[in-house]
Amino acid sequence: MSTVLSGEFWAFVGVVAGIYTIFGLGVQVQFGYTGLLNFGHVAFMAIGAYTMAILTVKTGIGMWAAAVIAIGVSILAGLLLGLPTLRLRADYFAITTIAFSEIVRYVALNEDRLTGGSQGTINLAGAGAAAQYDESWQRFQTRAQAWLHLGSKDVTMLVLVWSAALVLLVLLHLAVRSPWGRVLRSIREDEDAAASLGKNVFSYKLQSLAVGAVLGAVAGLFYAWQFSFFSPDDFAPLVTFFAYTIVILGGTARTWAVPVGAILFGVIYAGTRFFDFPPFSYFDSADRAYLRLAVIGVILIALMAFRPQGLFGKRDEMVLE
Amino acid sequence: MFLQLLANGLVAGSVIAIAAVGVSLVYEILRIVNFAHGDYLTFGAFVGVAANVRYGERMLVATIVAIVATALLALVLEFALWRPMRRRGAGFMSLFITSIGLALLLRHVLFLVAGAEPRSYAVDPFKVYVVGSVRLGGSQGAAIVVGAVAIVLVGLLLARTALGRKMRALADDRALASIAGVNVDRVVVYTWLLAGALAGLAGVLQGLVQASFTPNTGFQLLLPIFAAVVLGGIGSAYGALVGGLLLGVAMELSTWEELAGGVNPVYKPVVAFVLLIGVLLVRPQGLLGKERLL
Repeated sequence: MSTVLSGEFWAFVGVVAGIYTIFGLGVQVQFGYTGLLNFGHVAFMAIGAYTMAILTVKTGIGMWAAAVIAIGVSILAGLLLGLPTLRLRADYFAITTIAFSEIVRYVALNEDRLTGGSQGTINLAGAGAAAQYDESWQRFQTRAQAWLHLGSKDVTMLVLVWSAALVLLVLLHLAVRSPWGRVLRSIREDEDAAASLGKNVFSYKLQSLAVGAVLGAVAGLFYAWQFSFFSPDDFAPLVTFFAYTIVILGGTARTWAVPVGAILFGVIYAGTRFFDFPPFSYFDSADRAYLRLAVIGVILIALMAFRPQGLFGKRDEMVLE
Repeated sequence: MFLQLLANGLVAGSVIAIAAVGVSLVYEILRIVNFAHGDYLTFGAFVGVAANVRYGERMLVATIVAIVATALLALVLEFALWRPMRRRGAGFMSLFITSIGLALLLRHVLFLVAGAEPRSYAVDPFKVYVVGSVRLGGSQGAAIVVGAVAIVLVGLLLARTALGRKMRALADDRALASIAGVNVDRVVVYTWLLAGALAGLAGVLQGLVQASFTPNTGFQLLLPIFAAVVLGGIGSAYGALVGGLLLGVAMELSTWEELAGGVNPVYKPVVAFVLLIGVLLVRPQGLLGKERLL
């Protein structure tokens, strides 16, 4: 059976889309609702994944406890990032957050003894010992598979990731329709107006950043569990921009648009693998990988030219008249 | 040792500074955060290598060819991409995502055309200039001189010429400049030509200084370039020049052993980012930025 029709392959695409949904929800809260241009979102993913893996391998506290602590640490990181930088104007804030995510990545890359360095988590327990952080997850996944009578591990992962994504989606949907969410949107529209009504703008922005940090960390945890291995390269700034692309593909300030954007992005990203017809078939496989990314570039440009508001967004939020 | 590191820093810093002025002008005049600017640099570096290695031109000729070609690339993209996007009323985020798409497109077309293997210019790798206690490789020596000349010329262009004044006026207040009779479309074209030319030069210099480069080289330089723009103060082209030099020098000097043992060289980019965040905490508008913009 060719890969195009393989259920396993599309289950994999679905899992990655689910992880990106959770990740993109963080961008939606921060950027879509609050208007914060956090371009360092991938840092929270890295902090979540690394904290969980490091604590599991290096201490005896168990993976689930480590995962909870990882979410806590990412909240702290969000506050630490926000306290000094939220005073800055939007474009300055944006570059500072990229700098933050790059600092996190460089530390992961170079502090070999803490993070395993460039070789990734396999090196967490030192050279010569292949470190594993996800035994508890594997056991849990096997039990879930038996209990739900599912056919394969991939499908089980698909169900688990999307269950988590849907729960978070519903929670977020309720949160942004609450008075809290309305304050966030009023800050995006007019900070001064929100402040004049007695809202503590700074505190709300910080809360938005922290909520986004939690979502980033959860996405990081699932990323770590899905791949059983990761390295600093997995947390390059490009990942953040993929998340922004997903949010804008779906439509900003629309919670339900995030999974749609993530699935669409996943299909475009994975689907371009199957360009085996002319003119693409004239290239060899290494070149076709470059061609794929070039085509994704063209698709992004075309989208921005012809439908800048994404599928469900409001046009006037993306267009200047 | 101090002087050596300072010289290395000036080499790295002038490449960043030259590219950062272009990013700063494009941002201020067109409101585009051009994520593809690093790939303009790469394009210049590869045009240079084609002229220098494939067609055997002297390095000087190759550099000029690269500058012209990259300026033309920027011009073509203005007419084929950015102007139509503006006509459609594209907002800040649309333009930003567009530039991400453009960056992916340019970089991977370069990968397709030129391949992934590292390239180098046909220069003598053993040539060394010795000035006092400072030793600079031939490429580095050339880079420091060309970089200094370019920085002075750009500074003069912005400060003294009619075009420079129009650019700064547009950057400062677009509406005011256009009712005062500045032809916006024409200045935009010159802005792209200048930004492209500087990107081409910076790309060749980076290729020379690094000894070898790949289609990823420009993109890897993009974040330090952005950091330089912000450090100097958005809205100030001079700030971008200062920011670039300062970042380059700070990154190199941080490894100086007498400075509390020095930082591990792998953390040089982190030094740049920490410096950026530190400066913004004290001066939220950047070094030369105007306070009223905040």
